[in-house]
Amino acid sequence: MATNSHALYGEADPATLGGYDEPPPRMGFFTDTSVCIGCKACEVACKEWNAIPEDGLVFTGMSYDNSEGLGADTWRHVAFIEQRKPLAMQDPGVQHEDVDVLALASQGSGTPPEQARITPTTPGEPGQMRWLMASDVCKHCTHAACLDVCPTGSLFRTEFGTVVVQEDICNGCGYCIPACPYGVIDQRQEDGRAWKCTLCYDRLSGGMEPACAKACPTDSIQFGPLDELRERARGRVDQLVEAGETGARLYGEDPHDGVGGDGAFFLLMDEPEVYGFPPDPVVTTRDLPAMWRCVGAAALTLAATAAASFAGAMFGRRP
Amino acid sequence: MAECHPVGFQWVMEAKARGATLIHVDPRFTRTSALADIHVPLRVGSDIAFIGGIINHVLQNEKYFREYLVTYTNAPTVLTEDYADTEDLDGVFSGLDPESRIYDFHTWQYEGTEVQAASGKRDKEYSDRVQGSSGVRQAGRGEAHGSGGAEVTAQITNDETLEHPRCVFQVLKRHYARYTPEVIEEICGVPQETFLRVCELLTSNSGRDRTSAFVYSVGWTQHTVGVQYIRSAAILQSLLGNIGRPGGGVLALRGHASIQGSTDIPTLFNLLPGYIPMPHAHSNEDLDAFITAEATRKGYWAEMRAYMVSLLKAWWGSAATPETDFCFDYLPRLTGSHSTYETVQSQLDGECKGYFLMGENPAVGSANAKMQRLGMANLDWLVVRDFSLTESATWWKDGPEIATGELHTEDIGTEVFFLPAAAHTEKDGSFTNTQRLLQWHHQAVEPAGDARSDLWFTYHLGRRIRHKLAGSIDERDFPILDLTWDYPTKGEIDEPEAESVLAEINGWGADGNPLTNYEQLNADGSTVCGCWIYCGVYTDGVNQAARRKPQVQQNWVATEWGWAWPANRRILYNRASADPEGNPWSERKALIWWDAEKAQWSGHDIPDYDKSKSPHYRPPDGAQGAEALSGLDPFIMQADGKAWLFVPAGLTDGPLPTHYEPQDSPVSNLLYTQQRNPVRQIQPHPNNRYQPSGEDPGTEVYPYVLTSYRLTEHHTAGGMSRWLPYLSELQPELFCEVSPELAAERNLEHLGWATVVTARGAIEARLLVTERMTPMTIQGRRTHHVGIPYHWGPNGYSTGDSFNDLSSISLDPNSHIQEVKALSCDIRPGRRPVGADRARLVHEYQQRAGITERTGTEV
Repeated sequence: MATNSHALYGEADPATLGGYDEPPPRMGFFTDTSVCIGCKACEVACKEWNAIPEDGLVFTGMSYDNSEGLGADTWRHVAFIEQRKPLAMQDPGVQHEDVDVLALASQGSGTPPEQARITPTTPGEPGQMRWLMASDVCKHCTHAACLDVCPTGSLFRTEFGTVVVQEDICNGCGYCIPACPYGVIDQRQEDGRAWKCTLCYDRLSGGMEPACAKACPTDSIQFGPLDELRERARGRVDQLVEAGETGARLYGEDPHDGVGGDGAFFLLMDEPEVYGFPPDPVVTTRDLPAMWRCVGAAALTLAATAAASFAGAMFGRRP
Repeated sequence: MAECHPVGFQWVMEAKARGATLIHVDPRFTRTSALADIHVPLRVGSDIAFIGGIINHVLQNEKYFREYLVTYTNAPTVLTEDYADTEDLDGVFSGLDPESRIYDFHTWQYEGTEVQAASGKRDKEYSDRVQGSSGVRQAGRGEAHGSGGAEVTAQITNDETLEHPRCVFQVLKRHYARYTPEVIEEICGVPQETFLRVCELLTSNSGRDRTSAFVYSVGWTQHTVGVQYIRSAAILQSLLGNIGRPGGGVLALRGHASIQGSTDIPTLFNLLPGYIPMPHAHSNEDLDAFITAEATRKGYWAEMRAYMVSLLKAWWGSAATPETDFCFDYLPRLTGSHSTYETVQSQLDGECKGYFLMGENPAVGSANAKMQRLGMANLDWLVVRDFSLTESATWWKDGPEIATGELHTEDIGTEVFFLPAAAHTEKDGSFTNTQRLLQWHHQAVEPAGDARSDLWFTYHLGRRIRHKLAGSIDERDFPILDLTWDYPTKGEIDEPEAESVLAEINGWGADGNPLTNYEQLNADGSTVCGCWIYCGVYTDGVNQAARRKPQVQQNWVATEWGWAWPANRRILYNRASADPEGNPWSERKALIWWDAEKAQWSGHDIPDYDKSKSPHYRPPDGAQGAEALSGLDPFIMQADGKAWLFVPAGLTDGPLPTHYEPQDSPVSNLLYTQQRNPVRQIQPHPNNRYQPSGEDPGTEVYPYVLTSYRLTEHHTAGGMSRWLPYLSELQPELFCEVSPELAAERNLEHLGWATVVTARGAIEARLLVTERMTPMTIQGRRTHHVGIPYHWGPNGYSTGDSFNDLSSISLDPNSHIQEVKALSCDIRPGRRPVGADRARLVHEYQQRAGITERTGTEV
C-alpha cells in the first residue's frame, strides 16, 4: 500500500503532512471496550466541557442507548449491544432456553427498535448473554476526507495530528458530511454548521487530557501518544485472546488501512458492524489524485483536441 | 456496583486486571454483570437463604479458617440453656411475644453472663442494668420487658474444641443444616451447579494466603430482614477469616456521598455523634444511669462516659459542669421510634406539625410516596431545601392526589417554604466514604442567587432563634441558649467556617490544644470533643482530611491521603490480620504484626489495637475497659473482644439470620411455617394495605416479583439529575424491564406502555423487553421479575410515574428501613387510568385479592 501512498492515502504522520515542522508526538485515543461499564460519563463530560446542546429526550428502546449515535450534538456516544454470545469464561446466569429469539427478533440487531419485540439481541445460543458497551468518537483519521474537502479551511490539522472544525469559520457548506467514511461529522440543524469531536484541542493546548478520558472511571478511554497507545493495545488484545476472548481485535489501529490508521482506535470484542462501525473504511478522497489525474488527462485531451482543432482551423484550412 | 458506583468500580476493574474473580449476585443482568466472571441471578428477597447455603457449605465441608475462628470469633462460646433456635420453634427464636411482636432477648445470652451490644439496640437492657428503674417498654422498640437481673460479673464459658452442643459453632451448624443446595435452588432459583461453583470460588480464595471481600449497596438493607442480610455476610466472612485483613471485609457502598458521615455524626433519631445511643425517656435517668445502662465493661465502649461528657462539653461548653450533670438533661429523650415512617404517621395523626426536608424528596424517594404526601398535607409548615422544585415542594398543587381528587389545593393548610440549596462545589466540607475515610472538599464557586449551604442555613437559623429567645427564663429554652454557637463566618453572605466545625468535632484538651486521639478523652469535663471517633482529624490544628499525598509517594495503605476514623486506621480490627502469636497469617497478606524487639505492633497500617499490648497479654481479674481485652481480642469494640457469629444482644429480630419471605411475596417460605419476619415493623393504614402472600387466596392477583433500583444516569429521587438536560437525555423517561417470556405471557410490547399495580397504587412505564431479565424456577413454578428504577416523578425535565407509589411501609425492626427491593405486583399492557379511575383500579385489585385491614399483618 505504501507504494501507492500519497498525501491523501497510506502511512503518514498527519501533522508533518499538515505542514508542522517539528510537531509534538501524535496524540490520540485508545478506547478499550472490554472494560467499558457503560456509565456514559464520557458523554456527559464531553457535553459539559464543550458546551454542546442537549439534543432531545428520546427513549429509543435500544438497550440503554438513548443517544443513538454520533452527531452534531453527540461527540462521544456509548453503544449498548445485548448479544446471545458468550464472553470468555463468563457465566451469565440467564435462563431463556424456551424463547425463540430468532422469532422474536427475526432481523437481529438490525431490526428498527420500534418494530422489535425485544431490545435488539443478536441471535445465538439460548442461555448465553453478553452485554457489550463501547464509547464511539471521531476517529481523527490520518487521512481525513472531511478536512480535504473543506473549502473554507474551517477544518484543519492540529500539531497533535488531530482534526478540528473551527466554528467561527465553518460556513455550513456541508461538503464534509458525506466525505466522512464513518458518518461522524454532522450538521447542526439550528445553525447549519458542522460539528464533531475536537479531541479537546483547547485542553490539549493547556497540557490537559480530553474531558472524556479524564472522566472515564475504568480507563476504557485512554489518551496519549498514539505510538504508545498502539503498543499497549496490542498487548491488551494478546492478553484477552489468551484468556479465551478470541473475538478481541483492534479496529482503526492499522496505519495501512483505508484511512491510514485512526488517531482514535478501538479494542472491540466482535465484528465492527456489531458496534455500527464500517468494516473497511476508506478515505473518500483516496482516489482524488487519480481522479485529478484523469481530470487532468481529460483536460489535456480536451485542450489538445481544442488545440488540434484550432491548429487544424489555423493550418488545416480547407484543402 | 458498576451501575451505582462507577467511580468506585474502577478498583474492582483493577483487581480484575490483577486476576481477581468477580461474582455478581443480582436478579438482573446489569452493567456490573456485564463485567463479572459469574452472574448469579437470584429471586429478590432470598439472599439470607443464598448466603445461608454458603455458610452451611462452609460448616459441613469444614472450609472455615479454624484457627481464626477459635481465637477471634465467639464460635467457642457456650450459650444459655434457655436458648431455643428456629429449628426448635419452627422458624422463630425463643422469647417471642406474638401479642406485642417483640422478642425478649434474655434467652439469647451467653451462659452465666450478660454482654452488652457494641451497637444497635443497647437500651434493651436498661431496666436490668439500672436497678429499680422502670423501663419504657416500647421505646424505639429496643426496650426489653420482664427482668431477670442477669449476672454481669461471671466469666464467659468457652469450648475451644467447638464440640459443646450449646457452643455457638454447634448452634450455627444446626441452625444452617437445612440450607442445602437443593433447598437454595428451590428458594432462590439458583441452579445447584452455579451455587456450588460460587461456594468453591469463595472458599478456595479465603484462608491464610488469600482473602475475599463482600461489597453490597444499600438495596441489601431495604428489606424487612435487612440487618440480617448484612449479618449473614458478616458470619460468612468471619468463618472464612476475611475480617480485619487486607482484601477482606463486608463493604457497604452508601447511597449518597457522605451517608457514612451522616451516621457517624448522625441525622438519625436514635444516635448521638460517634454511635453513642440517644437516651430513652426513663424516669429520673441521669448521666450515671445512662452510662451504667449503655456502656460495656470491657473494650473501648467501657469509656463511653469520657466520650459522652466530651460531647456534652462541645455542645454546652461552660454550662456543662459536674454540678449540672454536664447538661445531660438538655438532651431530648426518645419515647418510641421516631424514624421517618413513624413521623409520617404522626403527621397523619396531627402530632407532627412542622417538617424540614434538607435535600430529601420523600414524595418520590420514600416508601409509599402517597402516605408521604398525605402526611405533608396535614402539616402546619414545611421547609424544603433543595436545588430545584422537587415533587416534595409542589405536591400541594400538582401531585398525583390532586389529579385523582383525593386532595384539593384549597383545602390544604400546609404553609410550604422553598429555600434553594448550595451544591457541594459551592461550599467547604468533608465527605466520609464507606471506608470511613474523610476527604475535604474546598469551595470552587460562590452559590448563585439565594442558594445557601446547609451549614449556613443551620447556623443562621440557630442564631436567629437564639436571638428571639434571648433573656428567656423558661427552662425549656436553656438547651438552645446555652449552646456553644459561636462559629466564625466569612464573606459577604457570612458563611460559617466549616473548618471551625471540624475543629470542634476533633476537640481540644484543657490547654485548648487540638486532641490527637480518642484515648485522650476524659470523663471529668476537661476535654471537649464533638465526635469521639473523629478525634484526631484536626491533629496539630491541621485539617487532616484535606491531605492529598499521592499514592506513589507513600506505601500502599496510603495513610496520608485524607483521614480515616478511628485514629486514621484504614482497616478496622486489623489485629486479626496477624495470627494469635502476632505474626502475619502469610507474607502475602501481612498488614500489622507484633515486633517483639520493640515490644509493639508495627506494619503497613496503623494498628487498630493498643500498640503496646503483647499477643501474650492476659487481663488480670477484675480488669475493665481496654485493659480487659486480652492479646487475642481483635474486635476491640465488642464486649468480649470477638467477632460475633451469634449475637447475644443488640438485635430485635433474632441472634441469627433466618430466611423469611418479604412482606408481599408470591412465594411460600419453604423453610418454616413462619412466612415473614415475626417482628417486622408494619404500619397498617387504609393507604398502606398489604397483599396476600404464598398460598393465601388472592396472591395470584399480584403474581409477579417486583424490584426497584437505580440507574447510573440518575440519582436517587431525581432532585440532582432529572432537572439536568445532559443526564435526562441519557435516560429520558421511566421504563420497566421485563423478560421476553413475561412479555409474551402478559402481551407486553417492547417500547409500548405497561401499567404496574400493587395494593398501594398503579403506575405506568414504557417497556424495555430484554433477555437481561431472566425467568427463574422457584419451587417448581416459573417466576418472573418486574424491574422498575425509582428515580422518576412528575416534576423536572425528565418525568415519569414514581415507583414508590407502589411500595408499602413495612420496615426492618432494627434500622426502620423500608422494604422496597422485594415486593409483588401485577403488570398489564397499556397506560394507567387517569383521575379518579386510577384510584378505582387499585381498589378493584384490592377487592379481587380480598384485601382487608388484616391482610399481611399476621405475626
